[in-house]
Amino acid sequence: MTRTRFHQGLDDLKQKLLAMGGMAEQAVERAIRAYDNRDIAVCELVLRDEAQINAAEREVDELSIDLLAMQQPMAVDLRFIIACIKINSDLERVGDQAVNISERVMDMVAQTRSTLNVDIPRMASLSINMVRDALNSFLTANAEMAQSVLERDDLVDNMNREIFEAADYAMTHQVEAHRDALDTLIIARNLERVADHATNIAEDVIFWVRGTDVRHRAEGQTLTGSS
Amino acid sequence: MDAGIHVKDLNAWFGSTQALHGINIDMPDKQSTAIIGPSGCGKSTFVRCLNRMHETLPDTRVDGKVTVGDMEIYGKGVSAVSVRRRIGMVFQKPNPFPTMSIYDNVASGLKLNGYPNRSELDGIVESSLKKAALWEEVKDDLKKKSGASLSGGQQQRLCIARALAVEPDVLLMDEPASALDPISTSKIEDLIFELKKQYTVVIVTHNMQQAARVAEFTAFFLMGNMVEFDKTEKMFTKPSDKRTEDYITGRFG
Repeated sequence: MTRTRFHQGLDDLKQKLLAMGGMAEQAVERAIRAYDNRDIAVCELVLRDEAQINAAEREVDELSIDLLAMQQPMAVDLRFIIACIKINSDLERVGDQAVNISERVMDMVAQTRSTLNVDIPRMASLSINMVRDALNSFLTANAEMAQSVLERDDLVDNMNREIFEAADYAMTHQVEAHRDALDTLIIARNLERVADHATNIAEDVIFWVRGTDVRHRAEGQTLTGSS
Repeated sequence: MDAGIHVKDLNAWFGSTQALHGINIDMPDKQSTAIIGPSGCGKSTFVRCLNRMHETLPDTRVDGKVTVGDMEIYGKGVSAVSVRRRIGMVFQKPNPFPTMSIYDNVASGLKLNGYPNRSELDGIVESSLKKAALWEEVKDDLKKKSGASLSGGQQQRLCIARALAVEPDVLLMDEPASALDPISTSKIEDLIFELKKQYTVVIVTHNMQQAARVAEFTAFFLMGNMVEFDKTEKMFTKPSDKRTEDYITGRFG
């Protein structure tokens, strides 16, 4: 093994990104807990901790740029650093979605509750699991696991569409609770974005591991054999 | 005329030690191909086989087939001199003739071949120095200054001009910039980029970033074998062979 310092730098980058991933994942979990309990204190926690995610984003970017400039990485190492830069941006956005959800929950606390028949916790669980599995696939360089994340995005998209219809109905038929329905709709949209970011991360893992670009595939096209 | 280089089952020896093992490669016409690999992998031996320089060393042997256009390099009756006229070479350390003027350095190959016409010679010297991107820097001192009075980077471009003066089809470069500073190196790299429009260029380099910058194709050599040959961008982003990947990412070598 040569270039020991360079490979140490790559390991550091991976650890920093995984730590940031943990923070982003926790932020969404907290935001959903706050939604379940209409808990303003937890919302404030999410808002407060966002700064840590933003700081981690800058740190990961700086380390990535240093490695690119100082070590001129090639092949799998080059793909790894490019993937890290992109995953970094997606994780920061996951953190933003958690903040957005928390802000909606803070707004909802004072509102009349709508009788929306929607399962935000289930949608959140699907989205958070996608983020978790995308990060696990990054941890273990497992392109198959990353691929399984891509295949779950449609489930979350479908739930988002269902919630749109339910919110539309509620706003028409339960006018006094329209703001609660609107907040719920926005939260569903935020969770759908979380799942999109998880999808992006999984695509970046596949790019890193296999050197294959699987983004923007035509609908219905199989992902099998994409290496 | 097509001046692609086609190598088939090329083997080379130093005494009883085999330095190249069955190399097969087709390097396209008017493109530049980089040869990379760790020290002792056979990359310099390989390019020296392309213009029969390997046989100038004692106790060496080559077999296999190398063709450039219609010329079979190791064909019966083909002289090493005629091969080297079509396949020029530039070495790691600039080696101008130290006592000759800049002009005579460039003209030396033609003069050795008894080139008689003085005014044509002037034209060839000028165009060769222009192709080597040195003309502007030396045009007022052509006959006043010796080759040795130039800087290292200028000397290397002088050697390139000298190689181009005999109008070769192929230019072999064995680590042409490894003894130069970054500015001179970038001038040589820019020059390679221009030269490959007219010549087939083969460049041996230890500097993988240099290979990535100047070559359309890259071949990776290891222990006398050619492991992989592909488009440079593929070699440096997604090589097919694990050994190539391990080498270019610094996991060995």
